[in-house]
Amino acid sequence: MAERCAVIGVGQTHHKSKREDVSIAGLVREAAKMALEDADLTWADIDAVVIGKAPDMFEGNMMPELYLAPALGAVGKPMFRVHTAGSVGGSTALVAAHLVKSGIHKRVLTVAYEKQSDSDAMWALSVPQPFAAPLLAGAGGYFAPHIRAYMRRSGAPEYIGRMVAVKDRKNAMRNPYAHLHLADIDMKMVEDSMMLWDPLRYLEACPSSDGAAAMVLSSEDAVSGHYPPAWIHGTAMRSEPTMFAGRDQINPQAGRDCSADVYAQAGITNPREQFDVAEVYVPFSWYEPMWLENLGFCELGDGWKLTESGATAFDGDIPWNASGGVLSSNPIGASGMLRFLEVAMQVRGQAGEHQVDGAKLALGQAYGGGSQFFSMWVVGSDKP
Amino acid sequence: MSDETTEDRGPVTTLATPIRLDFDFTPGIAQSKFLRGLERGKFMGQRCPTCGKVYVPSRGSCPTDGVPTTEDVELANVGTVTTYCVVNVPFAGQSIEIPYICAQVLLDGANLSFMGLIQEIPTDQIRMGMRVEAVWVEPDELTPSLASVRYFRPNGEPDADYETYKEYL
Repeated sequence: MAERCAVIGVGQTHHKSKREDVSIAGLVREAAKMALEDADLTWADIDAVVIGKAPDMFEGNMMPELYLAPALGAVGKPMFRVHTAGSVGGSTALVAAHLVKSGIHKRVLTVAYEKQSDSDAMWALSVPQPFAAPLLAGAGGYFAPHIRAYMRRSGAPEYIGRMVAVKDRKNAMRNPYAHLHLADIDMKMVEDSMMLWDPLRYLEACPSSDGAAAMVLSSEDAVSGHYPPAWIHGTAMRSEPTMFAGRDQINPQAGRDCSADVYAQAGITNPREQFDVAEVYVPFSWYEPMWLENLGFCELGDGWKLTESGATAFDGDIPWNASGGVLSSNPIGASGMLRFLEVAMQVRGQAGEHQVDGAKLALGQAYGGGSQFFSMWVVGSDKP
Repeated sequence: MSDETTEDRGPVTTLATPIRLDFDFTPGIAQSKFLRGLERGKFMGQRCPTCGKVYVPSRGSCPTDGVPTTEDVELANVGTVTTYCVVNVPFAGQSIEIPYICAQVLLDGANLSFMGLIQEIPTDQIRMGMRVEAVWVEPDELTPSLASVRYFRPNGEPDADYETYKEYL
């Protein structure tokens, strides 16, 4: 029987295109200190630190966990580095949770970050390889063809992507930490923005952000902090190869298996009905309808209808990305952890302007690579 | 020496640090077959003995069945565009003029598409299902690399029916 584990402290930076006032160490420390203060703890109370970020090649800073150990109070303590591409923020939190659930540690600090202004992520994701044509233009170039395939398969009208782009940016207006605050956002502004990877326009893609996220996770007998704990009801990770014959990139098997696993742990049989809110990794607008289907919030092919109906809007029956999501802040390595952190904030009742009233049970999801890594957790205000 | 203190000048915010990386790559036995094929102007793949799927490039094992792929298969020079995007984003080191069409090309006889550049067609006329053929460099310029394939272009055949390639999306 695993130990119960809860989120007892959360912290995040104000995500921006350039945080010129801090080094990477300063950035992660800012989020970590905020999480410790929220948990009403000091560095000395922490038993272990788990840190994650996207590829080292982004900032050209190899094995940053070595240099960041002192800034995170990890000297003399166990420290782990996690990396699962864009899903890393989620899987980093899961590794931390498993250290508590296994009974090994009582309080674990988990941190994730990216400093995209120090980085050239487009280049790092597009390096020439001898066995592939040099065509890939960053993540958008990889995902845009799959988005086109989804539109063809589902028959979704092209304005659905713009609806998501507007909805998440409107949500971000409620979130003081969000990178993008586009007060005038509307369908026309998205439509008028530059076509980057046809069919994806500039405002249907996530920004490049500097930012960090941190959480303190604790065992049941070590709970502290200024807000009630967010209890972890389930954790799951899955992976699949980038390429195999018959691979469904629109509805990946690893995503379906991951949600089936985490739902079974948390007793979820009807996600749309049982969850009060969800934070899901949507870096490009069309990934909302795609993941609605992959996560079982509707039947296959109906994701776009759910988006169109307004069900996923802030005042809908199942708000997705009330924080503004990845479309509004994308410090890549931290983006997955922010999904996990935001749902913890929701069930703790500390989300402020973007608090969904009465949120008690919530899903956090992150994906990464070529849709080949998935990590998810379910958190609730009640003990599991 | 300046009389200014460090406080007067504020923090140093950004130092650009160019890094150049040169890597060696050992393709291994299976991928060598693919690369040697390119050197001869041929696409070489391998069939899985269990599921019968043909993988291109040759990869030595089937990722689904976990068994060695030992049967070499020569693929056609023509295929179908299953899906695509039009890249309009400049980035450091880009070698192709934007906008360009980046397509998933499913060669006839293969069960896996790969990424290919489509040329000789305006970017607003590309379609899912379009039939294309590979255009190779001159015979004396062939090397064991994908640089041997200049690009793909429409071959004039009618578009493939959606039903024939939808399982490859």
